[in-house]
Amino acid sequence: MQMDDRSKLLRRYVIDAMRGGGRGHLGSSMSMIEILRVLYDSVLKFDPANPKSLDRDRFVLSKGHGCLALYAILADKGFFPISELESFCRPTSRLGGHPERGKVPGVEASTGALGHGLPIAVGLAIAMRLQKRNSRVFVLTGDGEINEGSNWEAGMAAAKHKLSNLTVMMDYNKLQSYGKTSEVLDLEPLVDKWKSFGFVTHEVDGHDVSALEAIFKKLPFSDSAPSAIICHTIKGKGFPFAEGNPEWHHKSGMTESDIQQMYDCL
Amino acid sequence: MRKTALDCVYKLGKIDERVVFIGSDLGPGVLDKMKTEFPQRFFMEGVSEQYIVGMAAGLAMEGFIPYVNTIATFLTRRCYEQVAVDLCIHDLPVRLIANGGGGVYAPLGPTHLAIEDIAIMRALPNMAVVAPCDADEMNRLMMSTLDWPHPIYIRLGKGGDKIVSEEKNGFELGKAIIMRSGTDGMFVTTGVMTQLALETADLLKKDGVNVGIVHMHTLKPFDSSGVISAIENVRAVVTVEEHIVNGGLGSALLETCSELRPDLLSKIARVGIPDKFATEYGSQNSLLKHWGITSDTLVGAMMKKLGG
Ligand SMILES: Cc1ncc(C[n+]2csc(CCOP(=O)(O)OP(=O)(O)O)c2C)c(N)n1
Repeated sequence: MQMDDRSKLLRRYVIDAMRGGGRGHLGSSMSMIEILRVLYDSVLKFDPANPKSLDRDRFVLSKGHGCLALYAILADKGFFPISELESFCRPTSRLGGHPERGKVPGVEASTGALGHGLPIAVGLAIAMRLQKRNSRVFVLTGDGEINEGSNWEAGMAAAKHKLSNLTVMMDYNKLQSYGKTSEVLDLEPLVDKWKSFGFVTHEVDGHDVSALEAIFKKLPFSDSAPSAIICHTIKGKGFPFAEGNPEWHHKSGMTESDIQQMYDCL
Repeated sequence: MRKTALDCVYKLGKIDERVVFIGSDLGPGVLDKMKTEFPQRFFMEGVSEQYIVGMAAGLAMEGFIPYVNTIATFLTRRCYEQVAVDLCIHDLPVRLIANGGGGVYAPLGPTHLAIEDIAIMRALPNMAVVAPCDADEMNRLMMSTLDWPHPIYIRLGKGGDKIVSEEKNGFELGKAIIMRSGTDGMFVTTGVMTQLALETADLLKKDGVNVGIVHMHTLKPFDSSGVISAIENVRAVVTVEEHIVNGGLGSALLETCSELRPDLLSKIARVGIPDKFATEYGSQNSLLKHWGITSDTLVGAMMKKLGG
C-alpha cells in the first residue's frame, strides 16, 4: 500500500528524533504509525492544551520502546513543540528512550518494561467506571510483549469486570527482538486466544488508514466485554532495508548516512 | 564483558554437558555458535522472565547448570519472587547474567537502569553477587562457576571497559583483591568503579596522597576479613559503586565494620547513586556525572575524610 503524505510526515518526525539522539527503535516505531495516526486523528478525545483534562480518553503505550511514534504524533498534535523531537535521549530532554508519565505531556504511563500496559489499563478502565466517566481506555502492546504472563492475568480480569470501555490493540508485526514470533514463541491462534479470554476480537490491516477508521468506529464491540484489535503490521514499514529485519529493532550509534538513507525512503 | 560472558557459556558448554543457556528474547544472533553446535542446550525463550527463572530451576533440580541472560532490571525486578523462591529457597546452581548494571542503559531511562540490583540480590539467602571490573576478570569468574553449588548473580558493565585486572591476582569467588596498596587512604570498589578509583588514585598520587584500591568483585559472600585488613591501617576509606548508596557495597562495608570493627566506621565515606530514580537520559558518562560519581567527587570525599 502507498503511504500518503501524512503517514510520511509522521515517519519523518520519527527520523528527526533519531537524528537528534543518534539512536532509536526504528522497526518498532514504524509498524505502529498508522495505528496511532488514526487513534489521534479520529478516535481519541484529548486536549493538547489541557493534557490532564478529566474527560479525556486514556491511551497507554505498553510497548514503550515504540515511543518515537508516540512522540511524533504528540508533537504533531501540539502537546509539545515539534522542534523538541531532536532532543531525543539527550541528558536533560523530556523525551527519553522510553516514555515517562509526568515528563512528557500526553504520556499516561511510564513504560519500557514490557507487560505493564494492560494491567494499568484495566485499573484505569475500572476507575472510569467507578467515577461514572465516559472516557475510554486504549492500550497498544507489541506481539512479543504478550509473551509476558501479566497480559493474560489482566486480560482475564478485564473480561471478569466486563470492561467494555477498554480496548487492547496489538501491533502484530510478527517479529520480536530475536526474530520471528512464530519461531521464538508462537502466538497463534491469536484471535482465538483473545476470544477465549473473553475479548470480542477483530483483525485489521494496521497500515490501512480507512480500515483502521472503520474498525475503531465499531467500538465498543460489545457492551459487556472488553475489545481486542489485532493489527497486522510490518516491522520497519516504509524502510525497505528495515522491513521485517530484526537487526533494525533498535539501532544506536547512527551516522549521518544511516539517517540520510532513512529520509531517502520517504 | 557481555561478549566474554557469553563466549564463556559456550566454552563451558563444550566442556560440560550440564551447561545450558537460556535467553529471554535477546538480540538476533546471540550465541549462534552454541545454537549450532549443541542446539538442545540452547534456549531462546519469549519475553517472559518469570517463566525462564522457573524453567532454570527445574533444569537445575535435575542436574543441569543453567546460565540465564537478559537485561539486569528484568532479571531482578521482574522475577524477584521466582529468584527468591525457585532459585534461592531451593538453593540451586543457576547463574543469572545481568546485562547493563548501573547507568549502562542511560538513554533508555529508569525502567532499564539497574540501580538497586545489588541490594535486592544481596538480600536473598544463598545468592552470590558478583560484579567483575573487566572482560579478563569476567573470563576468570565465568570459568570458575561450574562447581559453585548455589545461585550466582553476575552484574555486567558496559563492555569495552579498560582492562585493569591481573592474571596474577587470580579469581576466587568471595575473595577481595587488593589492586593497589595505599598508606593514606583506600578506595573500596566493585565493578567498573575500580577503573575510576585507579584513575583517581593516580591523580591523588600527583598531589602526594597515597591511596590504594581494594576491589570487591564479590559483594556476597562479603570478604569481611579481606576488606578489614585492607582498610584498618589507613586514615580514610571511600566506597565507590555504580549503584544506589543504600544496600550495596557501602552498606555491606558499614554493616561488616559495625559488627566486627566499629572503630573503623568513622573513617568510611560512601559514593554512589543518590536515592532517587534517574531524571536524565544521555550517556552512562553523563549520568555518572549527574549522579556525582566522578574523579572529582572521589578526590573530594577522600580528602574530606583525610581532613585535607
Ligand atoms: C520486561 C521486559 N523484558 C525484556 C525487555 C527487552 N525488550 C525490549 S523490546 C523487546 C521485544 C519486544 O517485541 P515486540 O513486543 O514484538 O515489539 P516490536 O516487535 O514491535 O518491537 C524486548 C525483549 C523489556 N523491555 N521488558
